[in-house]
Amino acid sequence: MNTTAETRPVVLQIEGLTKYFGGLRAVYNFDLTLYDGDLVGLIGPNGAGKTTIFNQITGLYLPTSGSIKFNGIELVGFEPHEITRLGIARTFQNIRLFGNLTVLDNLRIALHSQAGYSLFDGILMTRKYRQREAEILERAQELLEIMGLTKVQNELARNLPYGEQRRVEIARALACSPRLLLLDEPAAGMNPKEITQLMDLIHFIRDKFKLTVLLIEHQMRLVMGICEQITVIDFGEIIARGTPKEIQNNPRVIEAYLGKGA
Amino acid sequence: MDLSVLLSFAKIIAVIAYLYGLFWIMGLKVRPVTIAGKTLDLSLAINVAGVVVAFGIIQLALTDFGGFRILNEFDTGLLYQACTMTMVALGLNLIYGFNGQFSLGQWGFYGIGAYAAADVTYRWVNGDSSGLIVLGVGTILAGVIILLVGRSLSNLRRMPVLSSFTLYLLGALVSGYVAVLIGRWVSPLLNPLLGTNLEPGPLAQGFWLQIIYFLAVVFAGIFAAEISFLFGLPVLSLGSDYFGIATLGFTIVVYTLMVNSDTFLPFPEMRGGRGMIGIPKLTTWFWAFLFMMAVIVSMRNLIRSSYGRAMISVREDEVAARAMGIDVAGGKLLAFVIGSLFAGLGGGVYAHYIGFLSPGTFDFLIGFNPMIIVVFGGLGSMTGTITASFGWIFFLEGMLRDVLGRISPQAPSWRYVLYPLTLLLLMLIRPEGLMGKIEWGFLKIPVVPLRDTKQEGEVA
Repeated sequence: MNTTAETRPVVLQIEGLTKYFGGLRAVYNFDLTLYDGDLVGLIGPNGAGKTTIFNQITGLYLPTSGSIKFNGIELVGFEPHEITRLGIARTFQNIRLFGNLTVLDNLRIALHSQAGYSLFDGILMTRKYRQREAEILERAQELLEIMGLTKVQNELARNLPYGEQRRVEIARALACSPRLLLLDEPAAGMNPKEITQLMDLIHFIRDKFKLTVLLIEHQMRLVMGICEQITVIDFGEIIARGTPKEIQNNPRVIEAYLGKGA
Repeated sequence: MDLSVLLSFAKIIAVIAYLYGLFWIMGLKVRPVTIAGKTLDLSLAINVAGVVVAFGIIQLALTDFGGFRILNEFDTGLLYQACTMTMVALGLNLIYGFNGQFSLGQWGFYGIGAYAAADVTYRWVNGDSSGLIVLGVGTILAGVIILLVGRSLSNLRRMPVLSSFTLYLLGALVSGYVAVLIGRWVSPLLNPLLGTNLEPGPLAQGFWLQIIYFLAVVFAGIFAAEISFLFGLPVLSLGSDYFGIATLGFTIVVYTLMVNSDTFLPFPEMRGGRGMIGIPKLTTWFWAFLFMMAVIVSMRNLIRSSYGRAMISVREDEVAARAMGIDVAGGKLLAFVIGSLFAGLGGGVYAHYIGFLSPGTFDFLIGFNPMIIVVFGGLGSMTGTITASFGWIFFLEGMLRDVLGRISPQAPSWRYVLYPLTLLLLMLIRPEGLMGKIEWGFLKIPVVPLRDTKQEGEVA
């Protein structure tokens, strides 16, 4: 962590986060502090509890105990859509686009919470409705342009190639106007060239939208290449934390994550 | 083949063509014209004129020219039935096709709308204004209370759904009670103006009766929507299949209440299982067309708005919708309530066309009809639902009944063999339904043109 870290505001503060599924301990006593503008990686072997942590931050799971504070607001107990409206957006490990809808509609749905007109405005097609719809369209198209997806805006999301679907998912998350972006294995199934592009993209959107990014990833090249700090968990517990270099040389990480012979 | 068979077949074609023409002209966009230096966009004017002309065409066909009518009494009945079926099926398509909630409760809300509207006008023409006052005051008051309770609960997090349901239910019951008290107090003041059935007073005939009919249908629709809100709130939190079973239960409950409306419920005029007679036949083509177009236009606008897209996202992927800031529970409830409102309106129009309501009409087995229509026409296609509703009524109730009736008196029952077979064949050949997701004319969702890009693909 660089020395200027303390001067930046804390965006996310997780303390003592624990989640049990019946008798199974998925996450135990997990801590994490993200400062504004951080780009932090969360790694660990399969089943270590990474996605469970994401699901608790975004409200899909209710933690067994612990606290999650976002900009000082306690998130535990909030509904997922309320958390998103506060400024946390995510992508999914297995892409979850609205497959039968166009790429444009996928983005416009994410802009729904910012629509700013009532149901009756919509049914009566008032001036406010037309004005706000035009703004939504403009915003969605702007995001598509930034992500290089303008040409496919009217394609059904399920017909796109895998790499583009990933980008649509990131664009859709950005449409929620987040301050914190959670990326769950964004490089899964990508080839080395696509991974390089993705690394540039993540850097680019963080700077352009002034985001804090937390990402889960298995692709070591991506994690070691872009993350400023990495947290490693195994069996739901933190086993190491540090810069990519420190992590690469940490014996516990090597043992748990990369295997004993590595 | 008989000439009349060909004629009834031609009628089906004509009706479908009529609908397509109507939607075509409603969606027509013309280039702005310049008249006397002013540029005018005539699109809207043409669309509205198209609707008026479409209304006029049928009105002419229904008019008696010295004993000759293009559409006879039987066809007129089919037309009204098709209009009501369109409203009910569109509501169901909103719930099932667009929002993805498998509901068998649509028929129950249809029945509620029919009986509620019928009771109001029946009492009115028999010199009793309490029906309108109680239903009107009750629905408005309950609506206000539901909105107020909803607003005050919105700050509480993770409140158990049954707790909030209890509060809403109490609010609705209180408003119902207050409405009954007001009805008892106000209606004696109004009643002298209504006269009796044989000698109608000034408020029970002509123009005023039409207004009362309109209010009765609207209040009945809102009443059905409020019941659906109270029912849907706890039940929609169930998964989709369980929700389907629960709504089937709802339809059966409504049926049972209708059968016992003169014993369980204090409505002797509904006459329970014997059926309610003497409902004034106030539905005209004007009202049927007005209500149907109101339903079609408002649903089309809803689907195109951000709220509609939110509903569709719930159908596509609930988890992703939640993560994108969509209130999934709220979206489901909204679709369910609006769908039930449409069913309630349809019920009100139907009751005043047929003039006689029997609980048998609202049996849950017949309640599958709108579901079949929606699946047949294509889930998520308004055009498909409207076509299938009209096709269903004109083909099944019109043509087949007529044609088979010539063979032998018992033969019309064969249509219950023929249509399931048709359905089976369609599902095998075209599982997405007749129209799939295709829309036509003004229902069609326009393709957004690509943006003029200055520098495309800053990051690729």
